[in-house]
Amino acid sequence: MDQFTLNLLFVGASFALYIGIAIWARAGSTSEFYAAGRGVHPVTNGMATAADWMSAASFISMAGLIAFTGYDNSSFLMGWTGGYVLLALLLAPYLRKFGKFTVSEFIGDRFYSPTARLVAVICLLVASITYVIGQMQGVGIAFGRFLEIDAFWGLLIGSCVVFAYAVFGGMKGVTYTQVAQYCVLITAYTIPAVFISLQLTGNPIPALGLFGDHTASGEPLLTKLNQIVTDLGFAEYTAAHGSTINMVLFTLSLMIGTAGLPHVIMRFFTVPRVADARWSAGWTLVFIALLYLTAPAVGAMARLNISELMWPNGTDGEAVSVEQIETDPEYGWMATWQKTGLLGWEDKNGDGKIQYYNDANADLQARAAENGWEGNELTNFNRDILVLANPEIASLPGWVIGLVAAGGLAAALSTAAGLLLAISSAVSHDLLKGQLTPDMSEKSELMAARISMAAAIVVAVLLGLNPPGFAAQTVALAFGLAAASIFPALMMGIFSTRINNTGAVSGMLAGLLVTLLYIFLHKGWFFIPDTNAFTDDNPLLGPVKSTSFGAIGAAVNFAVAYVVSGMTKETPQEIKDLVQSVRIPRGAGTAVEGH
Amino acid sequence: MSQDDGPNNAYWQANLRLIYISLAIWALVSFGFGIVLRPMLSGIALGGADIGFWFAQQGSILVFLALIFFYAWRMNRLDREHGVDED
Repeated sequence: MDQFTLNLLFVGASFALYIGIAIWARAGSTSEFYAAGRGVHPVTNGMATAADWMSAASFISMAGLIAFTGYDNSSFLMGWTGGYVLLALLLAPYLRKFGKFTVSEFIGDRFYSPTARLVAVICLLVASITYVIGQMQGVGIAFGRFLEIDAFWGLLIGSCVVFAYAVFGGMKGVTYTQVAQYCVLITAYTIPAVFISLQLTGNPIPALGLFGDHTASGEPLLTKLNQIVTDLGFAEYTAAHGSTINMVLFTLSLMIGTAGLPHVIMRFFTVPRVADARWSAGWTLVFIALLYLTAPAVGAMARLNISELMWPNGTDGEAVSVEQIETDPEYGWMATWQKTGLLGWEDKNGDGKIQYYNDANADLQARAAENGWEGNELTNFNRDILVLANPEIASLPGWVIGLVAAGGLAAALSTAAGLLLAISSAVSHDLLKGQLTPDMSEKSELMAARISMAAAIVVAVLLGLNPPGFAAQTVALAFGLAAASIFPALMMGIFSTRINNTGAVSGMLAGLLVTLLYIFLHKGWFFIPDTNAFTDDNPLLGPVKSTSFGAIGAAVNFAVAYVVSGMTKETPQEIKDLVQSVRIPRGAGTAVEGH
Repeated sequence: MSQDDGPNNAYWQANLRLIYISLAIWALVSFGFGIVLRPMLSGIALGGADIGFWFAQQGSILVFLALIFFYAWRMNRLDREHGVDED
């Protein structure tokens, strides 16, 4: 069986499973549509939340980013896990106790203001839609790659599948589908990593292999890797190179953004009890950590494998020959990926060999001159192909490659579905029922939820066809906005009775706008190219890149809310009582309809 | 975080104390050991790198996990001690 058929088989079988589950678990009432009837066990909920949370960015992109920068990209690892500590300690149990369906409902009730609820809905919609655009881009590329069709058709097929189970299943369908997706994606991520770790270190656990010894040289793996990359003129893998301030702010922004993303927070409404909300955050992180502890190993080992493939005779020997790349089956993956335009090489000096080194490094100029090298000849290596190409790079069997294809799609689709659910509930529940047509029936609300989901998919597909930038840029915007707008409002609503309606609304707007402004100044207004006044290489505020600004936006939100609340009318007594009741678990019933 | 004299003040103060301690550890392992304090810890070698590298790539994640489960366990006990649990 050829690789194409194998990929189809794995992807097709996993899809049949997801759609089957969605049909089996069809939602009947609004309560089931949004929150799965609250009958979801914390472990199950944790697994589904983990699938929901780990998107194409975690599965496909992150290890590649770490592989080519090393320590400096540790921010992703700490940031995307540390947010769960904030969620578990500061938000999840209280929002569950509050007992409503959506994040904006809490903000509207706590700050006794329809305006606050409306502002929260706007923040949620902006953050979720920008995030879903990035996911749909990922869906399109992954489908296109593995079905060997154009990315446009990949995007259309992918969106139909997302539509099918998100629209007809609602949260209950999505919850069980996402449990299945988690199983597929974690298996797909772990199996190749175990093979590679065994090959390189003899340790079957990749997370331990990373700090183990490299079997071939007897040295620690990371020492060997540092030596190889510095020989080739690249920055030392384990050393810090960027600004410390920027790294701290970037990590913090990712953490706060995680705790402020509506589709993640919504998950904690679906557990039966307050105590379960606390456990559920822990279980979610357990399932996320299984991938996140493996990811740095995948990155480091892939970097080592690639460097050794390009220099099969050692870094001081001869480089790999063009002939070997074209004929040796061990290098077959290079020709496969070259077709996608994401990998490229060019024999610049015509010596029949491909020299891969850092031609910008002055230390290598002498060696280059002596050997007649005319620049780095591995001219293009897109970071996003690393995880998908990894099993091929390590010459693993065909079924592993098919499994990784199914896993990458599971990651992208599950997140897209969760985001669509957050969008549809914001529109139908908060905007329509909460603000515009309060006497809407349950049936028409459910219909509105499905229509808004379909509309959101259409918008995401249209923008995904013609994206405002790289997926990473759109995702960074979503995180920054969630960090600067939603998280501070939720936290202040629980931990302070002083913050009043005016304070919360001013805080959210200030955080949202200042973050949007900073991002647009660096990425261009509405991402239109060449309208940016600054670049991330030379940012407006010293070392602070636009991706790191969410933490500052959150600080602005807190400060404005406190100052404005101090100058305006005190919070009424019944709201103070509401805050007191949210703080204790006793009396947490099932959710009630509210608007 | 303000001082509120609600009906469950002792419970809430105990909760806040627990949150402060947990968040101090949360910040220490990630922003501290993993980033800012890493140069000071560079003498402690670990598998071809240093302990700061380990905290940045794996150690902080393990501590986060321990923190969440510890908090959940401790809070569920506090709920019962102060008679505010759900049962």
